[in-house]
Amino acid sequence: MTTVPAIPSTRATVAIRSENLCRYYQMGESTIRAVDGVSLEVNSGEFVALLGSSGSGKSSVLNLIAGLDRPTSGSVMVQDRDLAKMSREELAKYRLRVVGMVFQSFNLIPSMTVLENVELPLRFAEVDRGQRPNLAKQALERVGLQARMNHRPSELSGGEQQRTALARALINQPQLLLADEPTGNLDSRTGTEIMNMVRDFNRDLGMTVVMVTHERALAERYADRLIFLADGKLVDDRPNPSSGGHA
Amino acid sequence: MLRNSLTTVGISVGVASLVAMLSLGIGLQQMASRRLVKSGLFDTIIVSSRREMRGMDRQEERSGPIFGESRILDEAARQEIERMPNVSEAYPDIRFATELRFEDKPHLTMVSALPPSARSNDAFEGMQGSFFSSDSAPEALLQKSFAEELLGKIPPLGVPEPNVAELAKALLGKELVMRFAQRAPASSAPPGGDQGNADIAGASYSVISREQKLKIVGVSDLDPESMRGPTRAKVFLPLKLAERLHVMLPTDLREIAHASDQPVYSSISVRVKNPAKIQAVEDAIKKMGFTTFSIADASRGLRQFFGVLYAFLGIFGSLALIVASIGIVNTLVTAILERRREIGIMKAIGASDSDVRKLFFAEAGAMGVLGGILGVIFGWAIGQLINFGTNIYLKRQSLPPENFWAVPWWLVAFAIGFAFVVSLVSGLYPAGRAAKLDPVQALRYE
Repeated sequence: MTTVPAIPSTRATVAIRSENLCRYYQMGESTIRAVDGVSLEVNSGEFVALLGSSGSGKSSVLNLIAGLDRPTSGSVMVQDRDLAKMSREELAKYRLRVVGMVFQSFNLIPSMTVLENVELPLRFAEVDRGQRPNLAKQALERVGLQARMNHRPSELSGGEQQRTALARALINQPQLLLADEPTGNLDSRTGTEIMNMVRDFNRDLGMTVVMVTHERALAERYADRLIFLADGKLVDDRPNPSSGGHA
Repeated sequence: MLRNSLTTVGISVGVASLVAMLSLGIGLQQMASRRLVKSGLFDTIIVSSRREMRGMDRQEERSGPIFGESRILDEAARQEIERMPNVSEAYPDIRFATELRFEDKPHLTMVSALPPSARSNDAFEGMQGSFFSSDSAPEALLQKSFAEELLGKIPPLGVPEPNVAELAKALLGKELVMRFAQRAPASSAPPGGDQGNADIAGASYSVISREQKLKIVGVSDLDPESMRGPTRAKVFLPLKLAERLHVMLPTDLREIAHASDQPVYSSISVRVKNPAKIQAVEDAIKKMGFTTFSIADASRGLRQFFGVLYAFLGIFGSLALIVASIGIVNTLVTAILERRREIGIMKAIGASDSDVRKLFFAEAGAMGVLGGILGVIFGWAIGQLINFGTNIYLKRQSLPPENFWAVPWWLVAFAIGFAFVVSLVSGLYPAGRAAKLDPVQALRYE
């Protein structure tokens, strides 16, 4: 390892493990198998890319890891807890404290300022009201947006919005960063900026990163490992040949 | 945010209508009781002895004890009545026809005595000059028509009456001389004046012709005795002064056989502390053996009217509030649908179902309180405007100003509280729906 993670992982080295994970939808007569028996492992501190074309099930897998969705069958273990067995409240807590998530369309709340958006997870975590602005400002400094903190999302560029989303994702110091096509709505230069930040979080903060993308080149530039999905099934799972290769 | 503001405005309009309706009803009712109470009509009982042939209630005349056996309405009876609970005062009706000389011209009219409490009577509100300076001052108040007579200014039919202020200017401070027959005990025969002896069947008192100078201190434009019809008095004296004069009254002749040095009255006016208690007091006085009469007897219809008016206004107000409630529910439900994406985002970053429910609930409550406060302010402002406008109209018509709009503190509290509660209840269903949204589905919405 070339860097020492800021958050040493004293837990098991396996951060995420899914076994025969399935997610089926009933559409009238037919069953849609969005995720069809996916078994994978992600180690703590790894940067993994989920690759595949549209409809391959990669976003569905990410949603299951995020606890946003429940599997039809199979298990998804994060830090030795099976998400499939957790209640709605427990999942909400999990999403609040263990997971930080960024999306292709940024998903900021349009009626709130940048600062309020970043503070939002602190509100749900019932952090003391007086401390919230400070913590939010710190997170914004880390992504270089403290100057824009009183602006609304509509007043920001795409890159700035995504940076805000990143600050929000970090605020509760989660161990897991899940990114669903984070650069999908950005131009290549801005996209690179964002991805560099993500890599920094992975290296400096020791966050485990799972990123969904359909761009192979992007994945090869940043990820340690590449997992390929097609038609809901896992078709390939190997270390990134282009990287230094953390195993 | 705009959507929330519009809902809040919607709530405030509903609350304003409710406040407007109810405050109109309350104001009218307050005005009516104020006016009616001040008129003395609704809290006054006129008590007369059954020995009076002019009893008002014929049925009682026939059923009660016959003339000659029923109780005398004397000072002892008066004091007994005044001591009753719920009675604020019982004062004798001293009224008599007499001659009043003004600038050496005699005028015949009816004179009546007023207790100090009559100061606050409705009829004297627009009075020129002032009320009696004391209860025994040698002063007189004139009713407008008598003032016209004194000045020889009675207008012929069709010509508008002279203004009270003009009449008063010519009369205030001037002197009237009242000539009356005084009843005095025979033993103390005062010097001067004609003497006649009324020495009948054992009684002994004299009738002396007396004069009393009176200063005119006020002229009233309304008629305080309109209730009494043709025998109404046009000149008023302070009660204690009238008592001291010992004016010979018709009752005195009738009660000769029962001569005591206690005065006997033909009738007593009893004022009740609370108009609601009139029935109870009347019954008690009837039990004492007297006849009673009150306007309240004849006015059940009026109370009914107010009951109906109030109910009507309350219904309109409630309709307004129901409309407002529907508006609140509608907005909140729509808000859920439109903010589905936002709810999905919040859940994605870790909001639990109850976090979302609490959020929407709190928003609904806040809109309710804010809308309630705004609504009260709107309703109050509308009321003030209408009141103001109406009073300008009244002034033009030379009518006294009136306040018929009242926003008591409990109405304010009720309106805000109601808006708050309705908002919370309306928010229950939408908040519950929001809480149960599936985040993945919600995030798909645009």
